[in-house]
Amino acid sequence: MDFNVIWYIIVGVLLMGYAILDGFDLGVGALHLFSKGDHNRRILLNSIGPVWDGNEVWLITAGGALFAAFPEVYATAFSGFYLPFMLLLIALIFRAVSIEFRSKEENKRWRKGWDIGFSVGSIIAAMLFGIAIGNIIIGMQLNSERIYSGSFLDLITPYTLLTGVFNVVMFAMHGAIYLTIKTKGELQTQVKKWAYRAYTLFVILFIPLTGLTLLQKPEMIANFSFGNVELPGAKHELILDHQFAISIFAWLVVVLNILSIMNIPRMLSKEKYIGAFISSACTIGALIMLFALGIFPNMIISSIDPANNLDIYNGSSSNYTLRTMFFVAIWGMPFVIGYTTLIYWTYRGKTELNDSSY
Amino acid sequence: MFSDVEFLSRLQFAFTIMFHYIFPPFSIGVGLLLVIFESKYVITRKKVYENITRFWIKIFAANFSVGVASGIVMEFEFGTNWAQYSRFVGDVFGSPLAAEGIFAFFLESGFLAILLFGWNRVKPGVHLFSTIMVALGSMMSAFWIVVANSWQQTPVAYELVEFNGHMRAVITDFWGMVFNPSAMVRFGHVLVGAFIQGSFLVISVSAYYLLKNKYVDFARKSFSIALFIATIASISQLFLGHEHGKVVAEYQPAKLAAYEGLYETQTNAPLYIIGYTDPETKSTYGIKIPGMLSFLVHGDTNAEVTGLNAIPEKDWPPAAMVFQSYHIMVALGMFFIALTLFSWFLYFRNKLFSSRIMLRIFMFSVALPVIANQLGWVSAERGRQPWIVTGLLRTSEGLSKSVTAEEVIISLILFILVYILLFFVWLYVLDKEIKHGPTDENSPEAGYQSEEDFAETISKF
Repeated sequence: MDFNVIWYIIVGVLLMGYAILDGFDLGVGALHLFSKGDHNRRILLNSIGPVWDGNEVWLITAGGALFAAFPEVYATAFSGFYLPFMLLLIALIFRAVSIEFRSKEENKRWRKGWDIGFSVGSIIAAMLFGIAIGNIIIGMQLNSERIYSGSFLDLITPYTLLTGVFNVVMFAMHGAIYLTIKTKGELQTQVKKWAYRAYTLFVILFIPLTGLTLLQKPEMIANFSFGNVELPGAKHELILDHQFAISIFAWLVVVLNILSIMNIPRMLSKEKYIGAFISSACTIGALIMLFALGIFPNMIISSIDPANNLDIYNGSSSNYTLRTMFFVAIWGMPFVIGYTTLIYWTYRGKTELNDSSY
Repeated sequence: MFSDVEFLSRLQFAFTIMFHYIFPPFSIGVGLLLVIFESKYVITRKKVYENITRFWIKIFAANFSVGVASGIVMEFEFGTNWAQYSRFVGDVFGSPLAAEGIFAFFLESGFLAILLFGWNRVKPGVHLFSTIMVALGSMMSAFWIVVANSWQQTPVAYELVEFNGHMRAVITDFWGMVFNPSAMVRFGHVLVGAFIQGSFLVISVSAYYLLKNKYVDFARKSFSIALFIATIASISQLFLGHEHGKVVAEYQPAKLAAYEGLYETQTNAPLYIIGYTDPETKSTYGIKIPGMLSFLVHGDTNAEVTGLNAIPEKDWPPAAMVFQSYHIMVALGMFFIALTLFSWFLYFRNKLFSSRIMLRIFMFSVALPVIANQLGWVSAERGRQPWIVTGLLRTSEGLSKSVTAEEVIISLILFILVYILLFFVWLYVLDKEIKHGPTDENSPEAGYQSEEDFAETISKF
C-alpha cells in the first residue's frame, strides 16, 4: 500500500467523520423550523451548541488534507463546483452565525429571522453535499487537462437532485435520532416522531436511489464484484491482487449497512436512543465507505473520457509530501480523537438551558 | 473591468480576506487577555475578575463565530478561484493548511465548548486550562497560516517539476519550508499586531464604562491589564517590524523599494516620514530623513539600498498604493507607542481614569489597530505583486480556468451583501452586550417558556 492509497483513506475518514458528526447537526438544523415555541427551539440549538463548531472543523481539515495530498483534485473540484460551492459557503456562514446571534435579542422577529437562517442554511448545505456526491458518482465533464468544462446547470440533473434530497433526508433522520438522546418529555416524544418519519422517507428514497445508481453506473460495484464487472480505465493493482478479500469485505459493509438501517426503528421502539444513533452513524459510514470503494482509485470521474479521470496518482502531491504529512497526521490523530471525546463526554446527557446557553 | 476574471477574483479575495481579518486578531488578542483575567480570578477568587472573565467570554464568542464563519470561505477559495495556483503550490501550501486544521482548529473548537458553556459544568482550574488551550489554538492557527503565506513571499526548500503538463513546486525539505526566511518574524509581527488589536478593544470598552461612570472597579482593572499588554505589544512591534523590514529588504527588494518610493539604487537612502510617490514620473515627495533607510536596513547610513530601477518595470508592485498603506501602518504603530506610554505617565500620577479626553481617545482608538493590521497585510500582499508566489508564479497565471466572470460577479455580490449584513449584526450584538454590561443576573429564558406554545405544538402531532 503506497502513501497515495493511505491518503485516500485519510481523506475518506475525515469526510466520514464530517458526515457523521456535522450530519446530525445539519439534520437538527433542517428540522429546526418544525419545532414550535422558543423553549423547544433553544433546546434544539443548545443540543448542538457545544459541538457544532468542532464538527465543522472536520470539513475544514478535510479541505486542508485534500489540498495538501491531492491538490489537483482540490483545484478541479472546487473550481468546477464554483457556484454550488459558493452557495454552500454562504449557507454554512448563515447557519454558523444564526446559532450565535439568535439568543442575543428577545425580539420575536429577530429570533424568527435567525431560526430561518439556521434552518434554511442547514438544508441547503446538506442538499449541496448530496449534489456534489451525486456528481462524483455520475461523472463530471473533465477535459483532457482534467479541468471541469461543463456549466453550472450541467451539475444539476434529476439524479444529482435526488442524491441531494436523499442527503437532506438522511441527515434529518440522523439529527432527529440525535435529538432523542438530548431531549426528554414531550419534546422527546415529538422528535421521536420526526425520527420515524424521516426514517420512512429515507427508506423510500434509499431503494430507488440504489437501483438508479447501479443502473446508470454499474461500475460502482466493479471493485468488489469478485472480478465480474470491469472498471472503465483500470482497476488498482491492490484491488486486482486482493479481488476476493476486498469483495468479501465490501459485501460485509453492504450487510452492515442494511442491518443498521433495519436496526434503527428497532432501537427507537426499545427507547435505546444511543443504539439508534450508532445505527444511523453506521448507515452513513457504510454508505461513504461503499462510495469510496466504488470510485477507487479515481477521485473525480470524467464523463467525457476515462483517460481524463483524476485519480489518486495524477491528482496527488509528491511522495515526499505525502509521507511527511502522513506522519504529521499520525501525530495529530490522538489529539483529534482526544478533544472530540472530551467535548462529547463533557456535554453528555440531556440538554439543559442555563445562563451561558444560546 | 467587470468582465475580467482576474480583477474580479482578486477583488473577491481581497474583500473576503479583509473582512475575515477583522476577527481573528480580536480573538487572538482577547484570548490572551482572557487567560490573564481568568488566571487572576482563579488565583485571587475575587468576584470582579469573574465578572471580567465572563463578560469578555461573551464578546469573544460573538467575535469568534463571525471569524469561523468567514474563515471557512478562505479554506476553499484557493480552490474555487485560484485553481491553477492551487495546482502549482498545493504540494507546499496545502501542508501548513492541513496542519492548521489538525493542530489548531481541533484544539480550539474542542476547548471552546468548555470555554463558552462550561462555567458551571467544570472546575475553575479545568475552565482556565480550556481558556489557555483556546488561546493557544488561535495562535497556532496564526502560525500555520502565516507559514503558508510566508512561503509565497520567500519561497525556499522546493524544486520545480513538471506534472500533468504544467509546472509545480514540490517540497524538498518540510521544516525548511515551515521555517522559511520570513516565517518566524512575520508570525511575531502578526501575533503582536493581534495583541494590540485585542487589548485596544478591552481598553475601549473599559474607557466607555469609565466615561459613563459605570462598573468602575471592573473597568479600571480591565483597562490597566489591557493597557499593560498594549504597551508591551506596541513597543515590541517596533522591533519586530524593523526585523521584518530587514527580511523584506533581503528577499523582496522590490517590495521594500515600493514601500519607500525608492526608484534609484543608492547609498544614503532616505526614509520618508510622510509623503507621496508617483511611479509614472519615478519621483517621491515628502518629509524625509536622509540615510535613515540605509541605516535601518544595513545599520550604516552609507550602505546601498536596491531601488526599483534594478527591477524590470513589469515586475514592479503598485508603489503609489503600498507607499501609503505602509506609511500609515507605521505611523499608527508609532501612535500606539506614544499613546500607551503617555497613559502610564498619567496613570502613575493618578490622572488617567479621570482624564475624560484620554478616555474618549481610547474609546475611539479601537478602530486604529484594525486599520493598522489591515494596512499591514495590504502592504505585504500588494507589495508582492505582480507575483502570487514571489519570482515563481504571476497572479494572472493562478486563476481558475473553468470559472467565468459572471460566476465571480454573482459570488462577489453575494459575499458583499452577506458580509455587510453580518458586519452590522456583529456591531449591533457587540453594542448590545457592551451596553448590557458585565452583570448578568437575569437569565434570558425567563418568561419565554409559555405553556400555550407547548400545548399548541403537541396538539399538532
